[in-house]
Amino acid sequence: MMNLHTPSSPHFHANNSISQVMFTVIAALSPGIAVYIYFFGSGLLIQMLLGILTAITCETLILLARKKPVWPFISDGSAVLTAILLALSIPPSSPWWIIVLGTSFAIVFVKHLYGGLGYNIFNPAMAGYAMLIISFPKEITGWFNIQANSTSLSLSEYLGLIFTESKSSDTISQATPLDHFKTQIGLEQPASTIFTDTNLYSGLGAYGFEWIGLAFALGGVWLVYKKIMSWHIPLSLLISLVLISLVFYAWDNNNYASPLFHLFSGATLLGAFFIATDPVSACSTLRGKIIYGSCIGVLIFIIRNWGGYPDAIAFAVLIMNMCAPTIDYYTRPGAQTP
Amino acid sequence: MTEYLLILISTVLVNNFVLVKFLGLCPFMGVSRKLETATGMALATTFVLTLSSICSYLVNTYLLKPFELEYLSTIAFILVIAAVVQFTEMVVQKTSPLLYQVLGIFLPLITTNCAVLGVALLNVQQDFGFIESTLYGFGAAVGFSLVLILFAAMRERIAAADVPASFQGPAIAMITAGLMSMAFMGFAGLVKG
Repeated sequence: MMNLHTPSSPHFHANNSISQVMFTVIAALSPGIAVYIYFFGSGLLIQMLLGILTAITCETLILLARKKPVWPFISDGSAVLTAILLALSIPPSSPWWIIVLGTSFAIVFVKHLYGGLGYNIFNPAMAGYAMLIISFPKEITGWFNIQANSTSLSLSEYLGLIFTESKSSDTISQATPLDHFKTQIGLEQPASTIFTDTNLYSGLGAYGFEWIGLAFALGGVWLVYKKIMSWHIPLSLLISLVLISLVFYAWDNNNYASPLFHLFSGATLLGAFFIATDPVSACSTLRGKIIYGSCIGVLIFIIRNWGGYPDAIAFAVLIMNMCAPTIDYYTRPGAQTP
Repeated sequence: MTEYLLILISTVLVNNFVLVKFLGLCPFMGVSRKLETATGMALATTFVLTLSSICSYLVNTYLLKPFELEYLSTIAFILVIAAVVQFTEMVVQKTSPLLYQVLGIFLPLITTNCAVLGVALLNVQQDFGFIESTLYGFGAAVGFSLVLILFAAMRERIAAADVPASFQGPAIAMITAGLMSMAFMGFAGLVKG
């Protein structure tokens, strides 16, 4: 006779409610946020605060309008995470209405009209960012210029910029490194002189961004280790981006940047670990996740090099969000291959 | 060769007929409830669009131009498209009665798909040759099919979502189409012009 053994107590409980997961993710973002503030100053904190307040206000209003319980949904932290991701994507010195507009669009249109957390097709933060960059390209692409100002701005200077737009943005900001690189290539400058001409760039990628990216990657690896998310999407995304940029770099290193530049500039590492992995809008099957991640990597490279919006993560993620239901449909276990 | 590739990329992604030029919206909204019907509609439209852009090119070059009847092009193209659709309907009925039943009213409605007439007229406007016209029609059809199938899969997922009562059905579909169009802005600039 088989001896069915019942394990004795204590039974360990997996502590993974939604809010637990969300706040673990926010904790994993914090090293990146800290390094970001070290390089670019406290503007990010103001943007995050504005974003979180807007997100919670919008979420409360919508929940009240839909006659749903407010507190359980607010306290799950997903709106806060959306606001933080959006605040990280925009320049820290952009005017206050940018983050307010972007966050409310993300929460109301992209999240709650689809039924709220768990139902949204598109990543709310990235849809908010895409809306902003299409509508207000000047405010969104003007990045704070560290070199011209030698030190990062103080809190009061940031407050002035964000709320009263005291200085004209041209004097303190400039194109993002990716934007600058794309423009210079368009002017037929060889890649080697672009990197040495200005001090926008440093050894690995864009100045400052390499350390921010590394800090985000650290947090991301910790999340994978804690099994909050699987390794499939970030790894396949990074591998495909490195491979495709390596092929083009080896073929013509005058017109294409090195894989390291692609890895360590813009929001590549933030995007790979925290944006593309959004469990709601990404693929859910294993094969699907790998297809999804590697397609985002390829799209990032294509849009960065030939597209009109060189800061490409948002569009690459949105386009693959669009494909995710179809990919899931054809890769679900037991699906016949058509 | 690159020129032909650019035409394809341009029509499929950058100047997608549905999401960028906003043509062919009726089948895009009407047939996208189920993935199976959407796939069938996509195949049928691809066939019709490619064939009708070939036929309208031939009619334009060998009939309208020699007799200086270009002012009749709209009417002539509508006639060509109607004939091609009728032909497709007969083929589908013979080869796949099931698909014929599933598509039902939508098959003859391809005639009124403005993308089909749009492609024929744009071919003339842009002075495309035979191969360019064919590729332009085929590319437009592939772009249409791509977004139709993606949209259908999304709508199946939305159908299971807890959408607010006043936004159910076409309303949320419109918003989704808008967001898709926004995502396709990411392809802007890939091909000049």
